[in-house]
Amino acid sequence: MPSALINVPRTAKRGDIIEIKTLMSHIMETGYRHLASGEVVPRDIITSFSCRYNGTEIFRADLFQAIAANPFITFFTTATESGKFEFEWIGDKGFSETASASIIVE
Amino acid sequence: MPQPRHSSRRQFLSLAGGAAVLGAVPVVTLRPAEATPAMLASAIRNVVGEAAVRTGKVKLDIPPLVENGNTVPMTVSVANPMTADNYVKSIHVFNEKNPQPNIGNFYLGPHAGRAQVSTRIRLADSQKVVAIARLSDDTFWSVSVDVVVTLAACTEEVI
Repeated sequence: MPSALINVPRTAKRGDIIEIKTLMSHIMETGYRHLASGEVVPRDIITSFSCRYNGTEIFRADLFQAIAANPFITFFTTATESGKFEFEWIGDKGFSETASASIIVE
Repeated sequence: MPQPRHSSRRQFLSLAGGAAVLGAVPVVTLRPAEATPAMLASAIRNVVGEAAVRTGKVKLDIPPLVENGNTVPMTVSVANPMTADNYVKSIHVFNEKNPQPNIGNFYLGPHAGRAQVSTRIRLADSQKVVAIARLSDDTFWSVSVDVVVTLAACTEEVI
């Protein structure tokens, strides 16, 4: 069952630079591992992550097999107005998950 | 007859120990094809094109000695102001010897406030990790760090 952990400050002052931490549970199977029988385990990774702040994209990432399982990504943004952060993860095998967090900017 | 009993017990223990060691060794040890320095160079060319890449501005925080290559914390930061007309557009991270040379591309903008990204990566071998930042004036800045990996990622068996 995919699940996301998001850490966004609940409140911030206007103009503050805030840190956003995200973690999505995912195996990030590289496609380079083999079963004992010799069969290749097919690739199954998250390929794209993005974050929108009140509808505007503020951060995007392309992920590759070299990203560890359960991708943990942190980045920064400037708190401009109260509203909502929306996060989206897209990956192989039709993987698509979203999460959101709200912030109050004073 | 204490002597034979002792020796058979010893034999049994050594056999059992040997079996345990055998059991721990993967039946098929697979070494995936490594990305080569040439692949690293071409992956970088895919991102920067013909532009020159200068050294500096970028800081790559990664442990120099990694015990477990399956999860290596990494932070890239760029010493550049984040203003409307001078900011970091993107950060690209590459490796030298994983099966493929890309680690991640991160796209920022002036609103980021601070050009810093952290994540956790996999490293299949002791190797060089390269981070390249693209600024708003389309100049590229890079840093490379050598990392020693004790336990490699990507090579373990699926049980």
